[in-house]
Order: sequence, then C-alpha cells, then structure tokens
Amino acid sequence: MTTLGHELRVSYAFVERNFNLVKRYWGWEVVWLVYSVVNALSITYIGAAMERISGARVDTSYLVLFLMVGTLVWHYLAVVFDSVSSMISWERWEGTIEYTFMAPVKRLTQMLGTCVFSIVYGMLHTAVILIVVAFFFKIDLSQANLLGGVLVLLAGSLSFIGMGIMASVLPLLFTERGAQMTNVIQAMLLLISGVYYPIQALPGWLHPVARLSPATYVLEGMRQSLLHNANLSSLWGFVLPLVLSGLLAIPLGMAVFDWGERYAKRTGKLKRSG
Amino acid sequence: MDDLALVVDGATKRFYSGSWKGWSIPGLVPRNGKAKMVTAVDQVSFSVRRNEIFGVLGANGSGKSTLIRLIATLLIPDQGRISVFGLDVTREEMRVKKLINRVSVDAAFFKKLSPMENLMYAARLYDMDARCARKQAVEILNQLGIKAESIYNPLENMSRGMQQKVAIARAFLTAPILLLLDEPTTGLDPRSRRDVQEFVLNLRAAHDATIVLTTHDMEEADRLCDRIAVIDNGRVVALDTPEGLKALVARGNGRDPTLEDVFMDLTGKSLKEEGEREG
Ligand SMILES: Nc1ncnc2c1ncn2[C@@H]1O[C@H](COP(=O)(O)OP(=O)(O)OP(=O)(O)O)[C@@H](O)[C@H]1O
Ligand SMILES: [Mg+2]
Repeated sequence: MTTLGHELRVSYAFVERNFNLVKRYWGWEVVWLVYSVVNALSITYIGAAMERISGARVDTSYLVLFLMVGTLVWHYLAVVFDSVSSMISWERWEGTIEYTFMAPVKRLTQMLGTCVFSIVYGMLHTAVILIVVAFFFKIDLSQANLLGGVLVLLAGSLSFIGMGIMASVLPLLFTERGAQMTNVIQAMLLLISGVYYPIQALPGWLHPVARLSPATYVLEGMRQSLLHNANLSSLWGFVLPLVLSGLLAIPLGMAVFDWGERYAKRTGKLKRSG
Repeated sequence: MDDLALVVDGATKRFYSGSWKGWSIPGLVPRNGKAKMVTAVDQVSFSVRRNEIFGVLGANGSGKSTLIRLIATLLIPDQGRISVFGLDVTREEMRVKKLINRVSVDAAFFKKLSPMENLMYAARLYDMDARCARKQAVEILNQLGIKAESIYNPLENMSRGMQQKVAIARAFLTAPILLLLDEPTTGLDPRSRRDVQEFVLNLRAAHDATIVLTTHDMEEADRLCDRIAVIDNGRVVALDTPEGLKALVARGNGRDPTLEDVFMDLTGKSLKEEGEREG
C-alpha cells in the first residue's frame, strides 16, 4: 500500500512538470490550439460543401458529423501519442534526461505520470476544439451514444499509449533522427486508419494493414456510437480488440523501452558531453 | 565494509563509434576499419571512505565524466564492478539511485521553468514532502546567493553561473549521502566558487556526505580533497593525499611544488611520447 502511494506521488512529478511546461510555453500552446481548431474546421467544411462540390444531393449533416468525429478523434489520439512519445526527445533536447534517469524512479511510474498527463491534456484540447466546431456547425447528436463514445476512446488510448512508449525509445537509439521517425509513424497511421474516409476506400492490399491499426477500431467504434447510436453490447466488437491490443502494446512498449534504456547506457547514447 | 562509501574495482568503459551513412545502427558494432574505439575508463580501481572528499583530476578527455557516469548508473561498465555503500550499481540500481546525486558541468534544466519548478520536479522524483522541499529549496538557493525574485522566473533568464548554482542546489536538495560533483565550479566567479566550496564542506560536516569531485581548479582540489586520483587516458596514474602527490614531484626552482606541478608532471605524457615517436 505504501509502495503504491509512493509510486503515485512520484508519478505526479511528471504530471505537474508537464502542466508547468504547458503554462510556461503558453504562447506556443495558443498557436497550437488555434492551428488545431482551424484545421478541424477546414476539414469539417469539406463535408458542408459536398453538395456544392458534387452537385448531387448528399446527407450533409451526416457527412459533417462523419468528418468531425474523424478530425477530433484523430486529434485526441495524436496528442496522446505525441505527448507520450516526446517524453524522451524533449528531455534530450533540454539535456535533463540524465537527471530523470538518475532519479530513483521506476520507468513504469514515469510512464504512468506521463500517460495521465497525456490523457487529461488530450481531452482538454479536444474539448476546446469540439466547442468551437460545434459553434460553426449545427451538430445533430440525437443519434449519439456519448457514453459508448467515451468508452471506445479510453480503450483506444491504451494502445496509443503503448505505441507512444515504443516510439519514445527512438530518440534513445537514434540520437539525431529519432524524433522525426515518430512523425513518420503518425503519418502512416493517419493514412491507413480511416480517419477521414472508410478504410474500404483504400486499395485492397491495404485493408489487412488497416485492420492492424488500433486507430481503425477507435474511429469505427466512435462513428458507430456517435452516428448510429450503437448500444454498448454492439460496441464490444471495437472495445475488446482495443483493450486487448492495449494490454499487449503497453507491456511490449515497456519491454522495448527497457531494452532501449539499457542499450543507451551501454553505448553512451544518453548524453556525451560534459 | 560499512565505512566504504564507494568501491570501484577494475571498471572499464569503451565507446565505439561507427555508422552507416550517418545512421548509427543499434546493437551493431561495426567491424569495418572505420569503427573507432575509445577506452574512456581503463581498469580503474579505488575506494572512497565514508565522509571523504575524493578528487579526480585529469586532462580534458581523460575519462573523468565517464567515470562519474558509471558511478551514477548512467552508463553500464563493460568490465569491473562498482558499489555504493555495498550496493552494486548495475544489480541494485534503484537502491543506489536513492543514495546518490550528481552535478555536471552543464546545468541541464527545463529552461522555461523557474528554478523553483525545476527543483520541485527533482524533489518529487525523490519523493520528498512538497512543502518541506519548497522551504529547503529557498534556503539553499539563498545560501548560494540566488536572489529571491529570480527563484520564480524562468531559468533561461539567468546567467550560466547562476544556473550552475541552481544545479548545485538541486543536488543538495535531495540530501544524497554520495554526491558526485563533475566540475561543479567551472564557470563560477571567485566568490561564487567560494560559496559552493563552503557548501560542499558544510554538506560533508553536517550531513555526513561523501563527495567525489572532479575539477580543473587545482587550488580547489587542494583545498577540498582528502585524497586525489590523477587519471590519464582512462587510467589512474597516481592516488594519494594532496601532500603525498606533491611529494612525488621534484622540487623545481626552489619553491614548493603545487598540485599544478603534479598535474603537469603526471598527465599528458602519453601525448608527448606519441608525438616524439612520430616526429
Ligand atoms: N557517450 C560517449 N560516446 C562516445 N564517446 C564518449 C562518450 N563519452 C565520452 N566519450 C569519449 O571518452 C573519452 C573521455 O571523455 P570524458 O568526457 O569522460 O572526459 P573528461 O575527463 O570528463 O573530459 P573534460 O575534462 O573535458 O570534461 C573522450 O575521448 C570522449 O570523446
Ligand atoms: Mg568531463
């Protein structure tokens, strides 16, 4: 019990530090928020303009909601992935990594703090965007199962946390290029996971690949619950694979991280000057 | 056993550098001729008693920081064993980490955060009581001559020397019983240097701390250290009290030898010899 209390207290170090960083970099946060809002708006407007573009009748409000779910869910997942995966690259950039790695802190505890921050931060960010977007479009949530949506999103967070942990190792291994490599991973996921279109629009050979991306299930599950009022029992088909892949991805991420840390300590990749 | 704070036994650390088109491949030690190997720490052995201030002197690139990192669990030794109060640094890493802290030459911080925010982050990592830590942080920073108003402003506005003091405060805050100081006073003005030296002496006296110190300031080494190891090319070439070391070098031009003479005498020889062989 006392050890659990200890780990929880220590993990708060990362939550507090990250929120302090958000506070101190507020200018950058505002820019990023504005960018995200504008980005979400311009994508959603594609849906609103579809009748004009094609000249045919379309269910505009459905299309608007379809795209909006895509852009918001993707934003949330990307923020979670980003803030977990930049855990190392940021500290490397500031040079503090040796101090964090020297402290008597279990890596699991560090991850816990980082993930709690990521989820809270991602939720807040996405909520702000949702409020602004809702202001621009008439959103019809009469067919929405909000609770189901939250459930799918939380289940999806698990695998993104796992993938984030794996990606965070890259800057430990590849001193210079590690951080850019995480961007490549993210771009790939965006393409194959059916964020703005059903995955059936992709060429056939990509379908099995899309089925491997947890984001695919998050997006389908979210659309089922928000657009088609799917009840909880029919959402299991999405929640279960997400929970399972999360339960697989997180320990796997931890193992990869552990290996990466030992590799860095053996070869002197943590830091060299001084 | 109990009064040995640190035992380094045959520690060796080599670094390999080699790459393929600028990409380093993890786990792969290149076998082609382009791979370079540096033995940064070479069969180093010594032990430090509890409450001792142990100096490590050596030229740039002689392996001082690498040695400190091996002790600090930031590098894993290729050979040899290192133990801190009887705990092996690789096998009982977490327990060792609780006992140590380290200050390096470059004050590494979250630069946008204030000294207080940085110190609180450290304090939480070491599971200190937040209120207590905040009070202590202010006390230590004051003692090191950091003005009260700069404690809450972003650290990036402070001069390098001031940042270095905050780095020292961070290490002192967690009250380590083995403190590793890697050139803690480099870049400080003479008065600040004195402040830090006094603080180190005080930490030893009041908190029963053991200190390993590297420095390029020979006077500082003379003033603080009980014993000094001189390393050259990763190897210990002499280990004695400051007096003992000075006794090693010949009395030149009628004045008493200083640690600087010792340093000149004991280090950099291999370079000269190699130069002579080539030339
Ligand atoms: N992480 C690393 N990767 C590769 N080589 C390294 C690494 N760290 C140190 N070296 C090499 O090991 C040798 C010893 O370096 P080290 O930093 O320990 O010297 P130092 O005695 O602390 O020097 P200084 O007085 O300049 O601080 C140098 O040749 C250095 O280039
Ligand atoms: Mg050094």
